[in-house]
Amino acid sequence: MVEGQITIEDYKTGNTPHKWDLNKIKKAHKTLYEYSYKNGNVDRGYANRTLYINLSDKQIKEKKVTEDMKKKFTGGRGFGLKLLWESIKSSTRWNSEENELVITNGPLCGTTQYPGSGKSLCLSVSPATDTICDCNVGGFFGPYLKFSGFDALEIQGKAAEDIVIIIDGEQGKIKVETAPLEETNTHLINEQLTHIYSTEDSDKSRQKVSVVSAGKGAENSWWGCLNFSFYDIRRKVPRVKQAGRGGLGTVFRDKKIKAIVVKVENITGDSNNPADPIKLAEIGTKLHREIRDLDRYQCNMRAVGTAHLVEIMDEYDLLPCENYRFGSFPKSSKIYSTEFYKYFTKIIPDGCWHGCTMACSKTVDGFSVKTGPYKGQKVTVDGPEYETVAACANMSIWDPERVLEFNFYCDTYGIDTISTGTAIAFIQEMFEYGILNKDRCAGIELCFGNSDAVLEFMHRMAKGDKDEFIQVASKGIKRIKDWLLKKKWGDKWLINECGMESKGLEYSEYVTKESLAMQGGYGLTLKGPQHDEAWLIFMDMVNNAIPTFQDKAEALHYFPMWRTWFGLNGLCKLPWNDIEPANNAEASEPAKVPEHVQNYVEYQNAVTGWNVTKEDLILQSERCYNWQRAMNVWMGRGRRKDDWIPYRSMGPVTEVEYTSRKDRYDKLLVEKLGLKEKDVEKMNVKSKIKELYEYRQDQYQKLTDAVYHRRGWTPNGVPTPMKMKELGMDDPQMIEILQKYIDEDDKAGLNVWGGRYDKKEKPPTEDLKYWQK
Amino acid sequence: MNQPKTVKKLKFYPNKCDGCLKCERACSQVHFKTDEGGKKSAIRIIKEGKSYKMNVCDQRGLCLDMCPVGALYRRKNGTVWLDKDICIGCQACVGFCPIGAMRKSDVRIEPFKCISCGACVRACPTNALELEESKIEEIKEVVYHKHGV
Repeated sequence: MVEGQITIEDYKTGNTPHKWDLNKIKKAHKTLYEYSYKNGNVDRGYANRTLYINLSDKQIKEKKVTEDMKKKFTGGRGFGLKLLWESIKSSTRWNSEENELVITNGPLCGTTQYPGSGKSLCLSVSPATDTICDCNVGGFFGPYLKFSGFDALEIQGKAAEDIVIIIDGEQGKIKVETAPLEETNTHLINEQLTHIYSTEDSDKSRQKVSVVSAGKGAENSWWGCLNFSFYDIRRKVPRVKQAGRGGLGTVFRDKKIKAIVVKVENITGDSNNPADPIKLAEIGTKLHREIRDLDRYQCNMRAVGTAHLVEIMDEYDLLPCENYRFGSFPKSSKIYSTEFYKYFTKIIPDGCWHGCTMACSKTVDGFSVKTGPYKGQKVTVDGPEYETVAACANMSIWDPERVLEFNFYCDTYGIDTISTGTAIAFIQEMFEYGILNKDRCAGIELCFGNSDAVLEFMHRMAKGDKDEFIQVASKGIKRIKDWLLKKKWGDKWLINECGMESKGLEYSEYVTKESLAMQGGYGLTLKGPQHDEAWLIFMDMVNNAIPTFQDKAEALHYFPMWRTWFGLNGLCKLPWNDIEPANNAEASEPAKVPEHVQNYVEYQNAVTGWNVTKEDLILQSERCYNWQRAMNVWMGRGRRKDDWIPYRSMGPVTEVEYTSRKDRYDKLLVEKLGLKEKDVEKMNVKSKIKELYEYRQDQYQKLTDAVYHRRGWTPNGVPTPMKMKELGMDDPQMIEILQKYIDEDDKAGLNVWGGRYDKKEKPPTEDLKYWQK
Repeated sequence: MNQPKTVKKLKFYPNKCDGCLKCERACSQVHFKTDEGGKKSAIRIIKEGKSYKMNVCDQRGLCLDMCPVGALYRRKNGTVWLDKDICIGCQACVGFCPIGAMRKSDVRIEPFKCISCGACVRACPTNALELEESKIEEIKEVVYHKHGV
């Protein structure tokens, strides 16, 4: 294809065109209830109200955003936590009537000048973890929701039949309509609804519509994701980004929501009515220039997106291969980003929100689907991103076309590529050991590398196949583990330690065995093992920049707080450190990218008119982070027992893993455990694994001790009333709850350090009640 | 669609320029209805030693592929045009212009650029400016950097 300077009208994807009777689909809609409102102006980043819809009571109302709410919760994910706190109970589960799906934006969301400023935050009680899960997702929905008048959308209750929710910012109307005829799968329904609800039959009009949907997979598994659309005027298709983790799409379909449509009247460069638009343009342009000059020498995001990480992770032995057993693989170069670059459509602004020149949303157009219900059609595939490619490495799929097929179906079925890939990889490993076999897997030969089997499993799952295996498997690793143990099909230790889940959520795609700090980065998290709180592998393992427990704890304080901040404001994390100023290495703390932190200080001040410092940004996060942990405690999911991680993420579970890194592990037994070299040579692999297991488990507990201490929590991981008051989060009800749990832990003798400290080592403090001072 | 084949772009004769900046004032009149010139002018004349140099859009169109909303396109006469009613002020084109010729004034969020209108040519008392026709194929440039280059 000719590249560059193709007029928008002349741009072709080569996709199979659809023939739908959109009028018939629209006519079949029946308005169940509606609500009119006056669309006000956004003031310095805030619309100053939220929208509440109850699908059971058929109620729609507005709620006011108070100054106190802004001060305590900032916005975005913070607002989501506040709204959930006021609506759910500690016993609320994902399918409870009162469970809510909250979609928020944040005060900086919708800014067009600074790359990465269009994120929505989605929160709900997750089917996977039974506690709050938050996802950060691109697409136009978040900005459009705000410019239609709302800082958050809160949906409670369940509809009796399939519905669509329409937020019409042009007319000032909210409608809940029945939706009997449209498709459920994302790549179809998003296109149908974009056409149906755009005011005019033009691409520019369609660009003012954004649709959230989930597909048949979300309906029939616990891996449901939410697909947020952004209409591409060149490709003439609504493309999608995913709120992937924790099964929020499953909650969405359980509420019988087929889609949410938002339509904005108009957007401009200052729709947020920022306090200082000149400053915003200045810092935004500065970052655009950095990306222009440096991206090709740094991450190459503009060319291949996050897939550039595949070769780096493979090189550093961190790419999860065959269910995290290995960190690299002989065939891995077949799925390096250079291979996907051949498929990606080039020279198109690939940001998931206007003005994002990181442009990581790479796309394959005219992809020929080879299996399943859309076999033979040509479609646009959004991605693959790093996590999707690495999930395929985990399943030992090394054919780029199969990676794309997996990617396409995960997206359109509305399932998370990470959870799906990680869970299937676990099944495949169990298959290899004979714990599972074809008979036990619904007749599907789910062994490593069998991409046909992976796709067949997905297609059957999406159809709602009632086979016992498919029913269990589609609920994720934790439930598969329970099922395997109940059936007594395998060794308990092997099953528990190989299945890569923590808190019920599947791991995202990095091998953490040799980085203790990163084990904490996955384990000591709020929603489960997801790398969005901290990514410390290079700092810890490669650069050895955080050698002590105290150093690691400091990193596991600062980075989760810093990264939380993006979610409070409706921002993407990538433009913070996936592009760095040319002289960043000379900065005092290069890992923090201080110049970019300063950009964000100025950015928040320029939009809101506040006068914050970089320390204030961390404080904003600390308030919400601790609040979320406190809510987890309240829901019975936020203490040391819940920060358990499987041993596969800490070290070798099986002999083949030990052998693959024998030199490293043998050396460790000598240097760290004080064993004699001669003795190590004589030991069999099983005994070596056992020695290493004891050591690394203890290291993880010591890290946990140091992190809880640094975060100001009790030795059992509970945020303390003192800490909460210090942060200004002094809700009496919450303080009382936390005190109750601390007293209970005291009685049960749980307020003690978890590590084994000999004479040479000391716990973070001898005073177990340190937090009372 | 029939695409333009040629475009008029500005040519500068430094030896004829006396630095009077009447061109800038004429330009700011076109864009902002003011004769302030300077930051409100799409053409800039910069003193360099004893001589002058010009900084202005050369119509290579590298910014065309940057615009997420289709506000940038070539008009029938081939000039790269920014439609400020469509523009959402993201500054991607400002940031990516390799010669800094896509400009942003503090008075509005949408950038502005040379539209080859000839106001500066007409305003120049010493004939130091001229509009010259070029083939688009010969001057066009794309922004995308190849993988690994």
